[in-house]
Amino acid sequence: MNEILLMLGIFAVTSAISYALISRVPQRLHTPLMSFTNAISAVTILGALLLFSGQTASAPTSSASGLSAIEVVLGGLAVLLAAFNLVGGFAITDRMTRMFKR
Amino acid sequence: MNDLTELLIDLAVIAVFIGGISQFRTPAGARRGNLTAGLAFAIALALVVYRNTFGDVWVVVLAFAVGGGLGYLISSRINMTQIPSLVAFQNGAGGGAACLVSFVELTRAGSELSALNSVFGYVGLVVGGATLAGSIVAGGKLATWFKQQPVVLPGHNAILLLLIAAGVALAAISGTAAAALPVAGIAIAALALGAIFAIRVGGADMPVLISFLNTCSGLAAAFVGVAVGNQMLIAAGAMVGSSGLILTLVMARAMNRRVGNILTGGHMTAPDAAGPAPADSPEVEVPVEAAATAEPLVSPEPEAPVAEAASPLERARALLAGASSVIIVPGYGMALAQAQAEVATLATALEAEGKQVRFAVHPVAGRMPGHMHVLLAEAEVEYDKLFEMDAINDDFASTDAVLVVGACDVVNPAAITVEGTPISGMPILNVHEAKSVIVCNLDEKPGYSGVPNPLYDEPQAVLLFGNAKETVAELSGDEA
Repeated sequence: MNEILLMLGIFAVTSAISYALISRVPQRLHTPLMSFTNAISAVTILGALLLFSGQTASAPTSSASGLSAIEVVLGGLAVLLAAFNLVGGFAITDRMTRMFKR
Repeated sequence: MNDLTELLIDLAVIAVFIGGISQFRTPAGARRGNLTAGLAFAIALALVVYRNTFGDVWVVVLAFAVGGGLGYLISSRINMTQIPSLVAFQNGAGGGAACLVSFVELTRAGSELSALNSVFGYVGLVVGGATLAGSIVAGGKLATWFKQQPVVLPGHNAILLLLIAAGVALAAISGTAAAALPVAGIAIAALALGAIFAIRVGGADMPVLISFLNTCSGLAAAFVGVAVGNQMLIAAGAMVGSSGLILTLVMARAMNRRVGNILTGGHMTAPDAAGPAPADSPEVEVPVEAAATAEPLVSPEPEAPVAEAASPLERARALLAGASSVIIVPGYGMALAQAQAEVATLATALEAEGKQVRFAVHPVAGRMPGHMHVLLAEAEVEYDKLFEMDAINDDFASTDAVLVVGACDVVNPAAITVEGTPISGMPILNVHEAKSVIVCNLDEKPGYSGVPNPLYDEPQAVLLFGNAKETVAELSGDEA
């Protein structure tokens, strides 16, 4: 029960802080903001990695991944998609923000 | 390392992420913020690797290298006009990852999730899958792989509800120890849900759909975070969710419409409203030539000392030559014609003649939030020349010449003067108040809303129909 409260708390507090901060982002930065937050949403990659560690909430006991072949494929695909989103998102945001000149 | 220390470290990483977001005030700050968040990500990845031992390491490394390499290559090569679709596809990839992680987490052998983890796993599965499919549809529309017009199926809402109901029923049957088959069924329902949801939104409503999908990818990450019990996922997902929510609301407010109305296809579903968009309908009965040649009938404004028989191009050039203040209003048509470089060249030429040149950007101009700013930045227009609607709207009345490039609905005075149209009440750029207006649109068809633009009939308007890249280049041919 403590755990769920902690998670809810983290969700609520981060949402509130982000909302306050992002409300002040000027319109001209909306596209970079979007690709930037897009890159952050690739945080799912942590979840994908954890699948291979056996350290998630459903933790099977063995220290190896303990995944079946198909689960390895799906997990690998998840890592691939998230890495695409992660690296691509930060790269395109960097490229866009560099274009803006004074 | 005990649990408390781990939690504190996680919170510290989350704080670095937030520090990245807080720098999004200026372009230079945004760049630093982006790098800051990238650093936070590297730390987060390192922490996960440090805290756990992994099986199938080579699969993980290979998948990361391929995905990351592709992401980097595409992002560094792509043309700026393709940014909206790239962002949509990246968004979809994030959703797809969330869907797959949830799937494996729910179905893996020898595991028993708690009821709570399961519920969030199912939600992450559905939101992630729907985000993936919705983003592919949205990205395809933005890349003009398929038509931008909304597609409405018979019983569209009923189909969506049925898919949701099917997903909930399958989840309820599967419970906490799920077999692969029903969970795969839920994933398929989620994909269908996302695709069918997204096909109904099109054209000028795309910015809202893109922002909304951005929200969904964040929420999917947060749900997966609860399912796998990882604080960083929850926090980062919440950040993305907030950001997407704000953008969604900003876009909807700029159109004076409700988010729900837009995302359910709303009333912006005019039959063949193509906007200043693709040149795919030559059949329209309004003869464009007629409009172009009819202009001598309109009494010319006294400030243009040009013979009545002058061509629109000559009149436009004379107007620009005689103006001391010019405001340029870009729209989706500029993006479509890729005319941003020509527009920038013209602006530079006008400035060289000592004129005041500014850009007025409507919040929903283009197909994603901030679309015009990125294009003009690419064309090396200095960003302190770009003004948001509220900052510049009072200045139109005292402006000599306004150049509209590929924008229609956002400068349509019918939004103010006519009741009961799809754009009635939508805040617009008050272009009609300027002393003269030069319109470089593809044709005189209404914008996406389907509402004819009375601006075109105003005596102070000069209409230069055709590809904006060419018409704008012709304009500056004289100026340069």
